[in-house]
Amino acid sequence: MAQTMYEKIWQRHLVDQIGEDVLLYIDRHLIHEVTSPQAFSGLQEKGRKVRRPDKTFATMDHSISTRSLAIDACGPANQLQLQTLMKNCEENNIQLFPIGHEKQGIVHVIGPELGLILPGMTVVCGDSHTATHGAFGALAFGIGTSQVEHVLATQTLKQGKAKTMLVNVSGKLANGVTAKDIILAIIGKIGHAGATGYVIEYAGSAIEALSMEERMTICNMSIEAGAKAGLVAPDQTTFDYIEGREFAPTGETWEKAVEDWKTLVSDANAEFDTVVELNGNDIAPQVTWGTNPGQVAAIDQTVPSPTDFNDHVEQGSAEKALTYMDLQPGQAISDITVNNVFIGSCTNSRIEDLRSAAAIAKQGKVADNVTAIVVPGSAKVKLQAEQEQLDKIFIEAGFEWRLPGCSMCLGMNDDILKPGDRCASTSNRNFEGRQGRGARTHLVSPAMAAAAALNGRFVDVRKFEDA
Amino acid sequence: MAGFEKLTSNAVPLDSANVDTDQIIPKQFLTAVTRAGFGKHLFHDWRYLDLHEQEPNPEFVLNKPQHQGAEILLARENFGCGSSREHAPWSLTDYGFKAIIANSFADIFYGNCMNNQLLPIALSSEQMDAIFSAVESDANTQICVDLKQQTVTCGDATFNFEIAEHHKHNMILGLDTIGQTMQSGDAIDQYETTISDWYQ
Ligand code: SF4
Repeated sequence: MAQTMYEKIWQRHLVDQIGEDVLLYIDRHLIHEVTSPQAFSGLQEKGRKVRRPDKTFATMDHSISTRSLAIDACGPANQLQLQTLMKNCEENNIQLFPIGHEKQGIVHVIGPELGLILPGMTVVCGDSHTATHGAFGALAFGIGTSQVEHVLATQTLKQGKAKTMLVNVSGKLANGVTAKDIILAIIGKIGHAGATGYVIEYAGSAIEALSMEERMTICNMSIEAGAKAGLVAPDQTTFDYIEGREFAPTGETWEKAVEDWKTLVSDANAEFDTVVELNGNDIAPQVTWGTNPGQVAAIDQTVPSPTDFNDHVEQGSAEKALTYMDLQPGQAISDITVNNVFIGSCTNSRIEDLRSAAAIAKQGKVADNVTAIVVPGSAKVKLQAEQEQLDKIFIEAGFEWRLPGCSMCLGMNDDILKPGDRCASTSNRNFEGRQGRGARTHLVSPAMAAAAALNGRFVDVRKFEDA
Repeated sequence: MAGFEKLTSNAVPLDSANVDTDQIIPKQFLTAVTRAGFGKHLFHDWRYLDLHEQEPNPEFVLNKPQHQGAEILLARENFGCGSSREHAPWSLTDYGFKAIIANSFADIFYGNCMNNQLLPIALSSEQMDAIFSAVESDANTQICVDLKQQTVTCGDATFNFEIAEHHKHNMILGLDTIGQTMQSGDAIDQYETTISDWYQ
């Protein structure tokens, strides 16, 4: 029978059936300081060991400073959490990339960067944006801390099968329109919970044309549509990206692996439970206006009115969102002013993101009333950007150039907004209070964020040179 | 963990859709390294007028005197969306909730609840409307959840709900799922001998 990529990967990982449960083998486990401490203490209480420390890798990203490499830079609670991770990794023989390490960075940036993520793998992490790794044709999803403990102890997880959704993006993107705009447009179309219970496969000419970094941006935000995971079929772009990376297979093993990975793609006549179609030619730069990522409009549109929605739940959400965001129905998106800009996060902090933001940044200066920060996703991205002198462009234009980490995406450190602040952010969540209590977040692409920094309001990047 | 069979309690009606885990427990409380004590921070931004949790917001439903002591939380569509933080169910159970009845749940949150003996029950919007209006007109309305029968009873109405067999089984017995999986040790050993070289 014809199978989807999801079904193929699923089947390859079946270990056992316990009653109704399916036990799935996990090939790669990534951990960080925030969602792992209680998993390790759980193991210890029961006297259990980590089954396969060689398949787990750890980094520090969420609660670290982006101004200082000192472990105590963000106070004693953060420090204790970081030290707990160090102790747990040491005692259990798990490789850790701590603050200051050349391989440290946001967990979803370093995994692919180091070649730890390969097509056909199952990948988990106590973090919802694990979906990022689906860009490689790996079945990657976020889990809770109890499941982190389960994977540490058994290298497996109990799972139920998800439904499948094909999102087909045809056509070609206009200049200045990015992967971030595609995924925001998809979420705008299907809704913030539109893919709950599904694994999405992204396909079509506009997806095939994307680089690996752009595919990661798309898969990253699958969770913002409610999906369990996102997938893109592995192709030559995928293989070229992985080949030669530190943990990637080499020589004859590499050749055999590539042959195998080519068979992972969905069969031509495979059936999906749902199919969604978008035309890439129609997608304009996107800006969220509300407090969930599905509340989004194009830069040349206006803020909607709650009465524009038929569904009473969406009406209620829109009303609440407009109050929190202090926006009026009918207001032009390009009239919204910002006083903060954040370029970073596991969605948009890779080298291509920084290049695209720098191409805009070099065309002006950050507006007087705006504070703008650029936070590279990893130590490697930071180094690469500095070799390309992107840091100089940003600093020259008035942006702050920071150390790698999650930073203002969630503000577990001191990168946090004040009540009433309004931020153009390249991150993935515009929830109430996400970047600081009472602060307002608008999700955009790196180029749109840089353009907002220069103008103090949202502008259409398609009007810039080299957008 | 203690098993779950039946629960009868009044409920807190949180009439909001898309309640995300950042709302349930904001980031500043995620630095803890234990599972205990999250209940006092539950719904922090909505529940308190100040950052130090000294001034409860009298308008927020959890603070209303008539809803104190409730072990059931009512909510709307897509409850628990966003971050995978298990601190969300930890804060709900530490506060005293044992079940959440809502129109729908986000996937990761749903699974996290199951691992913490917090029963998530999804009902249709008509059924939710009925329960919300019963509780809003009389805060003392007792709701009875029967996991074995898979029913929720509110006043004269009884609604059936769905739950996967393995979730039901584990929840009723309060099972340690890791211990259960470890009994499949041989199957895992066997599987590991079949893994392709490039994944080693
Ligand atoms: S950058 Fe933001 S979304 Fe990504 S892992 Fe860090 S906190 Fe989570």
